[in-house]
Amino acid sequence: MTDKLLLGGRTYSSRLLVGTGKYKDLEETGKAIEASGAEIVTVAIRRTNIGQNKDEPSLLEVISPDKYTILPNTAGCYDENSAIRTCQLARELLDGHNLVKLEVLGDQKTLYPDITATLKAAEKLIADGFMVMVYTTDDPVMAKRFEEMGCIAVMPLAAPIGSGLGIRNPYNIRTIVENAKVPILVDAGVGTASDATIAMELGCDGVLMNTAIAEAKNPVLMASAMKKAIEAGREAYLAGRMPRRAYASASSPIDGQFF
Amino acid sequence: MQIQLNGNPLSLDKITTIQDLLDDLNLSGRLAVEVNHQIVPRSLFQSHRLNAGDNIEIVHAIGGG
Repeated sequence: MTDKLLLGGRTYSSRLLVGTGKYKDLEETGKAIEASGAEIVTVAIRRTNIGQNKDEPSLLEVISPDKYTILPNTAGCYDENSAIRTCQLARELLDGHNLVKLEVLGDQKTLYPDITATLKAAEKLIADGFMVMVYTTDDPVMAKRFEEMGCIAVMPLAAPIGSGLGIRNPYNIRTIVENAKVPILVDAGVGTASDATIAMELGCDGVLMNTAIAEAKNPVLMASAMKKAIEAGREAYLAGRMPRRAYASASSPIDGQFF
Repeated sequence: MQIQLNGNPLSLDKITTIQDLLDDLNLSGRLAVEVNHQIVPRSLFQSHRLNAGDNIEIVHAIGGG
């Protein structure tokens, strides 16, 4: 497959992006990411534990910025200022790497984005030189607005973060894809392999997931499934599917029937 | 002198730089430091002196989605 994902000035072979949260331990995190084939990996930015054991490996020692494109997120931010601060701190700790995943949440129960705050944060971050991949709803108007203001990718949710419900509104996702000039990646709500395949069949450029892999009974096996699911969906999309029909269309010829 | 570090008060017996503080706490690796909501770049860790009442945040990358 020579069909590459072009994102933030770099090309990637994998269209599966994965998070690093919710794993049992760093060893499982590393193995799952390896099995997934993902090249872009999200991380969260949090306070260091004062008094931590210096000999314990840290996440970026297992998932090295030399090998992976690290995508810091603004998880847990409910206002634009904390999101902006998080991105600035992330850029500092990653030596000027300015790719970020922006999420500004509006509600603790659904973890749905606060679009108004996200718009304001995106505007300021873009002005400050960040390459913003923005987590948003499946609203086609807002998706286009984020693109037009300069986000390098728009990431509509399939369903609430960690819900595993899969794409709840495929028609909106398809509309967003059709309208877009920047990569569209489904982010949040994927539960199993077929969900990821459906996203790719709708024409998405990639899928970002975390819980679907980390909370599977066998995360490393699920990571492998997801890798194939993304590839299968992408090939199916590029192959151009057959039309849906209301009635049957026989696969075998009528000519030459002997009965 | 008293400072705030990651949300908790901390007493320092002498005026130190950020690098001194990191050394005392045995912190190294990829991290970022904010003093009073302003990021202090790594290049200034050795020279930036802390003042009484400073509110310091030291952050790093952890697992997240």
